[in-house]
Amino acid sequence: MILIAQTEKMFFDTPLGMQSGAMLANYELAYETYGELNEQKSNAVLICHALNASHHVSGVYEGQEGSEGWWSNMIGPDKPVDTNHFFVICINNLGSCFGSTGPMHINPQTHEKYGSDFPVVTVEDWVQSQERLISRLGINSLLAVMGGSLGGMQVLSWTLQYPEKVKNAIVIASAPNLNAENIAFNEVARRAIVTDPDFHDGNYYKHGVVPKRGLKIARMIGHITYLSDDVMNTKFGRTLKRDVQNKHEIKDQKYLYTTQNIEFEIESYLRYQGDKFSEYFDANTYLLITRALDYFDPAKNYNGNLSEAFKETKAKFLIISFTTDWRFSSDRSQELVKALLDNERQVTYLNISAPNGHDAFLLDDQRYMSAIRNYFMQIK
Amino acid sequence: MSLKKYIEIIGDMVPQKSRILDLGCGDGLFLEYLIKERNCSGYGIELDDANVLACIKRGVNVLQLNLEEGLNLFEDQSFDVVLQIDTLQNIKNAETMLTETTRVGKVGLVTFPNFAHWPNRLSVLKGRMPVTKHLPFQWYDTPNIRVATFDDFYNLARKKKLKVIEAFGLQNENKIKYFKNLMASKAVFKVTNL
Repeated sequence: MILIAQTEKMFFDTPLGMQSGAMLANYELAYETYGELNEQKSNAVLICHALNASHHVSGVYEGQEGSEGWWSNMIGPDKPVDTNHFFVICINNLGSCFGSTGPMHINPQTHEKYGSDFPVVTVEDWVQSQERLISRLGINSLLAVMGGSLGGMQVLSWTLQYPEKVKNAIVIASAPNLNAENIAFNEVARRAIVTDPDFHDGNYYKHGVVPKRGLKIARMIGHITYLSDDVMNTKFGRTLKRDVQNKHEIKDQKYLYTTQNIEFEIESYLRYQGDKFSEYFDANTYLLITRALDYFDPAKNYNGNLSEAFKETKAKFLIISFTTDWRFSSDRSQELVKALLDNERQVTYLNISAPNGHDAFLLDDQRYMSAIRNYFMQIK
Repeated sequence: MSLKKYIEIIGDMVPQKSRILDLGCGDGLFLEYLIKERNCSGYGIELDDANVLACIKRGVNVLQLNLEEGLNLFEDQSFDVVLQIDTLQNIKNAETMLTETTRVGKVGLVTFPNFAHWPNRLSVLKGRMPVTKHLPFQWYDTPNIRVATFDDFYNLARKKKLKVIEAFGLQNENKIKYFKNLMASKAVFKVTNL
């Protein structure tokens, strides 16, 4: 059965007070839903998306080939999160570039595009805006909130900000905060964007340009951290793009070696990913979302004590990590498990020995898919 | 001895409404029994993927952790009962695991196959490692890497200064109180370090 997806929009004119102290006077949220909300409104599942994804989780847009949602293998009719039973919602995060109000939209105060004036959004701000949309759909309580990576952080934030409204929290390949190494990767990506001459302090829309070079490099760095060493070696190894005997033509001469041209398969892969990304992603959005990742730290107000922070939670948790994920390692997920154990919360934890690094949360792994499927069958 | 009877006998040793941690919980059958029949709550620890999935299907809380790495996610005395049901013989560092069991649990409940049961002795006397109903594996493919006897465990408990609250053997659904080391295929111990 082919699931046809349709983006909807909801406008909010109640100002949104943000963690930074800023106020968003009004805003619009893009979202998609799949399946039917039952009469008791008790089968709603919210999916929170990660860094470069959108609200288009599942299905295809009518007449658009290759428009499958980013988590179509997980969510849809007869999928692990089965839309024959569950009403699934995904909302595009504020500040994103896929439909919800973001830096490329008009600031009602200045009548110009927000650009770098768009307020810094946090995970908590997103969750607050999501809660408003959920409430307006008439849903008081979510059967489950689920997300991977940055999406997992939003799930955690839901259980802390709205403990009464989340029955099950499914947190995949995530962490209670970013460590210094993780923030460092984000910072390199941001510097690549900000130092691109086409960035123009974030107001590149006015100049009719896009800081593509920065975006490409940011994406290349990201991709390195999403894969495991093993997978990179298996997929690309030291394979050269050219025949070893072929020479590069430089200034009418032919030489064996080059510093500028693509030589190794991995270079080709990263450049391809970077090029593709720079065609559709917004640079200001990349800065905002990586910052939201950096700032997330629910234990901060409890002297770094995560167990204290989690006292407020009421949900039942399913935590999943992947053994080769070094960007959001198993240890970080186990910190979450520990904090939940300290509070005697219901928690199930899987540490799946998948080879694919952080990317594993988006890929098909029978153990992972079966676990989610059976967990959802239990809570149905 | 039927699995059902075994579960009932061991289950009777777990007080109602206990907070439990089941080390090496397998498919979660015993955990489910304790939750449903004895109003207990808690978690199982299991490494095997298929067993972890079986636990999810039962709706019991399972944590996929390697017991060989210890129980560092768990605070001292944070459980009423920590169970080691037929787990001890599969653990490399059985001594550390026993220490961890009584650190995390107010009470530790340990069961394992008694290697000194007379048919096993007879087999060794004949010059061969025992392969029986209770120890069905050949020496070269057995998961039982720590084979112990009833008396061996007594000695270890003494060395660790643990108090043995209760100890008996099990043979054909009967509790064995006398000549346990000889007459029982299964050893059952309830220990504490309090």
